[in-house]
Amino acid sequence: MPKETFQAKFEYLDEIREFVGAIATQGGFSDKEIYNIQLAADEAASNIIEHAYEGIKDALMEITCNMEGSTITISMFDKGKSFDPSNVKQPDVEADLSERQIGGLGVFLMRKIMDDVHYESNSKGNLLVMKKRRG
Amino acid sequence: MEISNQDFKHCTLLAVKGRVDSSTAPQFSQALADVAEKGMYKIVVDMTELEYMSSAGFRALLATQRDCKKYNRGELILSVVPERIREALELAGFTELFKLFDDNTAAVGHF
Repeated sequence: MPKETFQAKFEYLDEIREFVGAIATQGGFSDKEIYNIQLAADEAASNIIEHAYEGIKDALMEITCNMEGSTITISMFDKGKSFDPSNVKQPDVEADLSERQIGGLGVFLMRKIMDDVHYESNSKGNLLVMKKRRG
Repeated sequence: MEISNQDFKHCTLLAVKGRVDSSTAPQFSQALADVAEKGMYKIVVDMTELEYMSSAGFRALLATQRDCKKYNRGELILSVVPERIREALELAGFTELFKLFDDNTAAVGHF
C-alpha cells in the first residue's frame, strides 16, 4: 500500500497533491475527479498543518493512498492536537458577501468532493480517512 | 506561483499564474492588498494561466472583495477562469460573489 511521510509544512502540499494524483490517475479517475481529489487532500493536509500542528516545528504526517476496486482511500495520520473536521461549523455557502465566513471552507470542500470523510483520534494520534468512488 | 500587474485607466489587472495553495496564498493575498493600497479598488484577476487554487486562495479573493466593495464602485472580478477552478469556486458557492468574464478585454471594459 503506497505510504509516504511528509514534513507538516505548506511547502510540501505540492508533493502531497502529486502523490495522491498519481494514484488517482492509475486508478482511472477522470481529470476532473483527479483535480478534486487533489484539492480534498490539499485541504485535509492544510488543516493538519495549520490546526493539528499549530505552532509545532519539524512535525511529520503520514499519508497512505490506495485503490480498492473503483474506490480511492486517502488516510492521513498525525500526532498533533485532535482536529475533528466534523466539529467544524459548516459555512453558509449562500450567505452574501458581508456574512460569508472565511473559515471552514476547506472542510466543506473535502466533504463535498469525497464520498466519505471519517476521523478518529486516540492516544497515538489522529487519523483522517477519506474515500471516493470512481465515476 | 507568479503574479504580474498591469494598470489600466479604470482598473488594475492582476495576472496569477501557476498554483495558489496554503503555501503561496499569503503572497497572492499580499499582491491583492498592494493593489488596494495604491487606491485601486477595481481589480481584474486574470486566471488564464492559473493551474490550481485551494480554499486558501478563495479566502484571499473573498477578503479583497470585501475591501473593494467598501468603496464606490469598487469590485474584484475574475477573468478567464479555467474550468476546474470554476467548478471548485461553484462548489464553494463563490460564483455568486464574483462576476466572471470570458476574456480580459471584456473584464477590463466592465469598469
